[in-house]
Amino acid sequence: MSNAAEHLHHDEHHDHKPAGIMRWLNTTNHKDIGTLYLWFAFIMFLIGGAMAMVIRAELFQPGLQLVDPNFFNQMTTVHGLIMVFGAVMPAFTGLANWMVPLMIGAPDMALPRMNNWSFWILPFAFLILLSSLFLEGGGPNFGWTFYAPLSTTYSNDSTALFVFSVHIMGASSIMGAINVIVTIFNMRAPGMTWMKMPLFVWTWLITAFLLIAVMPVLAGAVTMVLTDKFFGTSFFDAAGGGDPVLFQHIFWFFGHPEVYIMILPAFGIISQIVPTFSRKPLFGYASMVYATASIALLSFIVWAHHMFTTGMPVAAELFFMFATMLISVPTGVKVFNWVATMWRGAISFEIPMLFALAFIVLFTIGGFSGLMLAITPVDFQYHDTYFVVAHFHYVLVTGAIFSIMAAVYYWLPKWCGKMYDETLAKWHFWCSLISVNLLFFPMHFVGLAGMPRRIPDYALQFADFNKWISIGGFAFGLSQLIFLALLIKASRKQGEPATDQVWEGAQGLEWEIPSPAPYHTFETPPMVK
Amino acid sequence: MGRGVITALFATLLTSGVVAEPSQLNLRRGVTDISAQVYDLHMTIFYICVVIGIVVFGAMLYAMVFHRKSRGVKPANFHESVRVEVAWTVVPFIILIGMAIPAASTLIDMEDASQADVTVLVTGSQWKWHYKYMDRDVEYYSVLATQPEQIANKFNKGENYLLEVDRPLVIPTDKKVRFLVTSDDVIHSWWVPDFAVKKDANPGFINEAWAKVNEPGIYRGQCAELCGKDHGFMPVVVIAKEPADYEAWITEQEGIQRKAKEEEQKLLAMNMEMDELMEVGARVYQSACAACHMPNGEGLPGVFPALKGSAIATGEMTKHIDVVVNGVSGTAMQAFGKQLSLKELAAVITYERNAWGNNTGDTVQAKDVNALMTGK
Repeated sequence: MSNAAEHLHHDEHHDHKPAGIMRWLNTTNHKDIGTLYLWFAFIMFLIGGAMAMVIRAELFQPGLQLVDPNFFNQMTTVHGLIMVFGAVMPAFTGLANWMVPLMIGAPDMALPRMNNWSFWILPFAFLILLSSLFLEGGGPNFGWTFYAPLSTTYSNDSTALFVFSVHIMGASSIMGAINVIVTIFNMRAPGMTWMKMPLFVWTWLITAFLLIAVMPVLAGAVTMVLTDKFFGTSFFDAAGGGDPVLFQHIFWFFGHPEVYIMILPAFGIISQIVPTFSRKPLFGYASMVYATASIALLSFIVWAHHMFTTGMPVAAELFFMFATMLISVPTGVKVFNWVATMWRGAISFEIPMLFALAFIVLFTIGGFSGLMLAITPVDFQYHDTYFVVAHFHYVLVTGAIFSIMAAVYYWLPKWCGKMYDETLAKWHFWCSLISVNLLFFPMHFVGLAGMPRRIPDYALQFADFNKWISIGGFAFGLSQLIFLALLIKASRKQGEPATDQVWEGAQGLEWEIPSPAPYHTFETPPMVK
Repeated sequence: MGRGVITALFATLLTSGVVAEPSQLNLRRGVTDISAQVYDLHMTIFYICVVIGIVVFGAMLYAMVFHRKSRGVKPANFHESVRVEVAWTVVPFIILIGMAIPAASTLIDMEDASQADVTVLVTGSQWKWHYKYMDRDVEYYSVLATQPEQIANKFNKGENYLLEVDRPLVIPTDKKVRFLVTSDDVIHSWWVPDFAVKKDANPGFINEAWAKVNEPGIYRGQCAELCGKDHGFMPVVVIAKEPADYEAWITEQEGIQRKAKEEEQKLLAMNMEMDELMEVGARVYQSACAACHMPNGEGLPGVFPALKGSAIATGEMTKHIDVVVNGVSGTAMQAFGKQLSLKELAAVITYERNAWGNNTGDTVQAKDVNALMTGK
């Protein structure tokens, strides 16, 4: 491998890149595009987070204080859309762009021009979505799940902008997924066989197939909403022979695999980080791959567990309950494997490991509430309450987003060539960890006690907990500004220089190239033993 | 012993930080046999999760403490074990089967709404519930009774803030009551936690649910499916009465509703004065129209149209009556013909034609509305 490294070092002297804005607009370099995706995701995370602050400020005490219910509904809707499509998904795509070529020994993504295109249409999608908030009547206010007929007959005309922006997001995701698949299939270095691929690469490959399978379904759903609203069709209107519940079946046939699109790459990240800081190989590599694939396959036959109260035949309810419970088996295998990886290792607690450990515990708590939600008779009580809000924020914030933060701390020294600011990083971790639990844990209680989700005002019995939840929310929001400061410092190349391997226990091709990673890497493929 | 530890742990979990009554922290046991079964399932699956959590997080914590690099340990190199991996696939699977059996049995009971003693048609619309007793001549709307001033923080909030309605649903105890749930506009969800009943109200389709309540009392719930602007303001209140009390109540209601219909016929022959129409109309407007068209008649631009100075409210009278009575299909404008009495319709239309500077000077009479409704 030392050959390759020398060769790469040599490359550094002649990377040609245009200066200024044109570098970023025209770039086809996977590292530049990865950086663009990651910054874009972070900006969206702050915007979506600001909307969450509006929600929590209104819910700080009972009564209507700051916003009217119509605007409140726009905030919950756009917060959800931005966090799902603008923050979590682009962040994972950014990580894939940066790391997949480095991990499999490829010089770049397979389709670099499409890569540029798939990023640069995203800002327009979100510009359209956000600008709809400023139109008369406001933006989408029917929840990120846009159930018909609330989103068709009963919505305002900005729905057309919502539909168009979702179309663009979908096109971007599909292009990104195609790129990942083509890269992994064709551009692995000699000797990088399937069962030698790092788990992050495996989980992203499976995620990419999920994306290709379900993003067109979402596109279909929004198109039917568009024609129902503006062109007189009746897909979801019973008066015209349609069925509003059909919408939910189509939406969740997309929506459930979508949930795994947002968590499988997280599993991959944790499976990279835990072995590094345990100084021990990943336990059960093969079973990790098979578990990921089974979760992906099962995700196609559990969608209706989001719809138990819609009035399905009892046989369908039983089927979806059993299938959903089954998913906890491969998910459990993953958690057990991570703990077994740590077992009898030599563990150290650098920031990426702290986030990974928080992920394992808190994601598992989200998994537990997920298992509870799978039990149909009890789901009738949990459904559409804050218990569900608690559940999916545990798996998405302390799950997906914590894994993204872990990944950023893990690979930042490789990207910038400098270690991150340790003090800021510790503050960021501990403030986030404490506030996120203050924010989301009491939501379990108010949900069980009967508080429905998506309401701007609530009965007095929920007042105490909501105050604490809001305080946790503000604290979590402020904690992310520490992260912003840290990232600005890092992008200005401040900090201790990083070694090529960065972490003592790190294994894999990405740690054999110099830090910072040169603009062009692996122009001659490395040999993998 | 194990159970004691878990209970103790759960107790600490509940009391940590905030001291609150159990009803604010956990599911309620409810007042039907089914809701009690649901509660037991909930606690069983919760305890299973707690035990698995203790084992997994315990092992993790042990490794974090005793397998730290700073203790000078040398890492082992094992990375697979077929026996262990099969065990932790099979054991959870068996636990799941143990959980699935009682869950399936409860679910099958919940979905069997046959042989009901009383049937109530529950219809959701933006943002109120309508109850119709299928075997008696009684039906009415049930809307939020909390004063707007409480919501706007001008008055102190009452004990049942946002959980109170003008006319609760009344059902008998110890009888199987079947709820047929549907909607007039968007999807709503009718939820009473104490009955473990939550059923979506889908426009154009009818869902079934049922409850056999064991104890008389007042039970409160809310709409559970996002249904637009005032989703948070359409509570469900159910009063369960002893069968004899229920019988007395429903018979009385039948009498009242029959009498009201007779009164209405008499109205057709008389004319009401502008002042009276405006007074009644203002009251009806606040309860039926103001949620969308706003108390000042200006609507929400881009969402709900203004009535102040609008073409319909200042234009031809029959068109205006038609819109209010029959609604506008393809929009959020409901048909109020079946929601309000002839007198109320006449009054509210008069009000809309003369309030906020609309000053048409028109008075609408019950017989004008009746003429349109009967096609004369």
